[in-house]
Amino acid sequence: MERGTEAQKYVWEGAIPLQIHLHESEVTTLPPPPPVMILAPRIGYLPLLAPQIKPLFSSALPPGADTVWFDYKGLPLKWYIPTGALFDLLCAEPERPWNLTVHFRGYPANILIPCEGEEAVKWSFINSLKEAAYIINGNCKNIMNMSQSDQVELWRSVLNGSLDVFLRVSSKLKLGALEDEYAAKLNPSLKKSKSCVGNIENSGLNKTGRVPVRLYIRIVSEDFDDLENAPEVDSWEKVSYINRPIEIPKGEGKYLSLGDAMKTLMPEYFGNKSLDCEEGVDQEVEEIAYPEDARGKNNAEEEVASTAAGEHPALGCQARNNEVKLVRVHGIEPKLEIPFSWVVNNLLNPDYFLHLCVCVKSSPSG
Amino acid sequence: MLSDATILDISSWDGTISPSEFIAAAHAFAEKWKLRCRGLPIWSWICCRKTPFISSHEVDGYLSLEKLCILRSDKMEDHGIDDAGKEGLNCSENEECTDSAVLVHESCLEVHYYDLHVVYSSSYRVPVIYFRGYRSDGQPLVMDDIEKDIPANSAKVLMESKWTFMTEQEHPYLKWPWYTLHPCGTNEFMRLLFLIDVSLLEDRVAAEQYLTSWLSVVGQVAGLKVPLQMVDSTPPLTTS
Repeated sequence: MERGTEAQKYVWEGAIPLQIHLHESEVTTLPPPPPVMILAPRIGYLPLLAPQIKPLFSSALPPGADTVWFDYKGLPLKWYIPTGALFDLLCAEPERPWNLTVHFRGYPANILIPCEGEEAVKWSFINSLKEAAYIINGNCKNIMNMSQSDQVELWRSVLNGSLDVFLRVSSKLKLGALEDEYAAKLNPSLKKSKSCVGNIENSGLNKTGRVPVRLYIRIVSEDFDDLENAPEVDSWEKVSYINRPIEIPKGEGKYLSLGDAMKTLMPEYFGNKSLDCEEGVDQEVEEIAYPEDARGKNNAEEEVASTAAGEHPALGCQARNNEVKLVRVHGIEPKLEIPFSWVVNNLLNPDYFLHLCVCVKSSPSG
Repeated sequence: MLSDATILDISSWDGTISPSEFIAAAHAFAEKWKLRCRGLPIWSWICCRKTPFISSHEVDGYLSLEKLCILRSDKMEDHGIDDAGKEGLNCSENEECTDSAVLVHESCLEVHYYDLHVVYSSSYRVPVIYFRGYRSDGQPLVMDDIEKDIPANSAKVLMESKWTFMTEQEHPYLKWPWYTLHPCGTNEFMRLLFLIDVSLLEDRVAAEQYLTSWLSVVGQVAGLKVPLQMVDSTPPLTTS
């Protein structure tokens, strides 16, 4: 029987309180329908909320066919990005409840890829999973050959947020975890228990040493002291995102921290200065304040403190005119010194991608 | 002259290419195309270096060919005339003047334009085609229109093989919805293709040839016919 780590449980239970308003152009009744309050799972996708929301607005809608989509302050939200990643990316200072506008008409087909209900979301998820499998195993046979019933069960586990079911079905996909030798070093007894190494034993280790990462980058040109003053994202032009595998170096004694991984993704921003690599591995392991620190912040009720999580002494560092303002995964702002393997084994989305949000300041004068 | 970086070793090859092989192949391909395929729109390299995650060892752009025009005739299709009439109609915008004369006289021909982009996928380590089609007034073509534009023979091949299916996805650089063929089977397909041809290639194949072979298959979905001159290994005639 597969058991998730404590952090995985927090990730799966994570939810964002939404307050959803019907767009004024679609209101045909007086008084207009009141906004709907709903908890949106972080690992879920916005269109999946439609069955719950629609009945509450349907009487106010004009006649016509429905295609649901959402916007935040006028920015159409890309439904194929997990809700938690959207929130981390677009709300530098978390807004609770998160005020979104729902539309059932006028789908912006030039901006968003079509979404015809749950089936489209499911295929987008499976495609993403397939890509992750390819990165991890060098092929996606295990996904292609998944039985119909496993496929249904896997998707339902994502819909229902049931981690146990997900772990049971996904273990058949052999998308192994990373070896977490630092956890073992820290406490040798952990090697035998499953609590820290997740589902390594049944699924085998990651063979290619490649980890699927989806990186979201917000670029701001003006500086701000407080996250509250961060400029709004009014266009997708101001955001970059890309799927980019991270290669885990092989061999003894090669320690890869989250910061090292970020450096391979964005060398211009996470330059050498951003991490103090002079310290020995042992000392770094000690300093990790192992998962406790990150885990404590990842509260299911989204009470992630925007302050204490990381003082980020490293983040103040500048490479030319570039500056990293924020690194966020599932609402946590993890310290860059924590082992990348821990991040991967605990904070993946169900599509096996690590969805990382970064906010950077880039001066045009560079 | 090809450097070692652009030569693939077939014997232990999994059908993928590295970012540097892709970049070299893309540039060589575009150059060869310009020399050998006069009269067709040219391929250009669109540089995206300003994106923050681009480091020096990564692919910093994509290949683009725009305004490829396809003449299609609903009447020919309705009467079941064979595809020979429809194929080989690739032309560049410059030649459009001759075609519009045809339009006036027969009024059953419609011009469709296609933009094709070849983007490197770092997940799958293969090139991926993204494309869109539109009419002369700029109105976008939908999936049905595009499927009708594919010559029947090609459509059969493309639709029968399970490794190619058309979907609408976000263009990785432009971030708008474009049509694409899913890349998850590309490496296997390319490996088999070059295994069959291995005698001709003496165990080593130029990455540029990889791109040509690949595009000659997937390009059909957006109406692209890769001219035979591209596969011919003899040097091009240098006529003025």
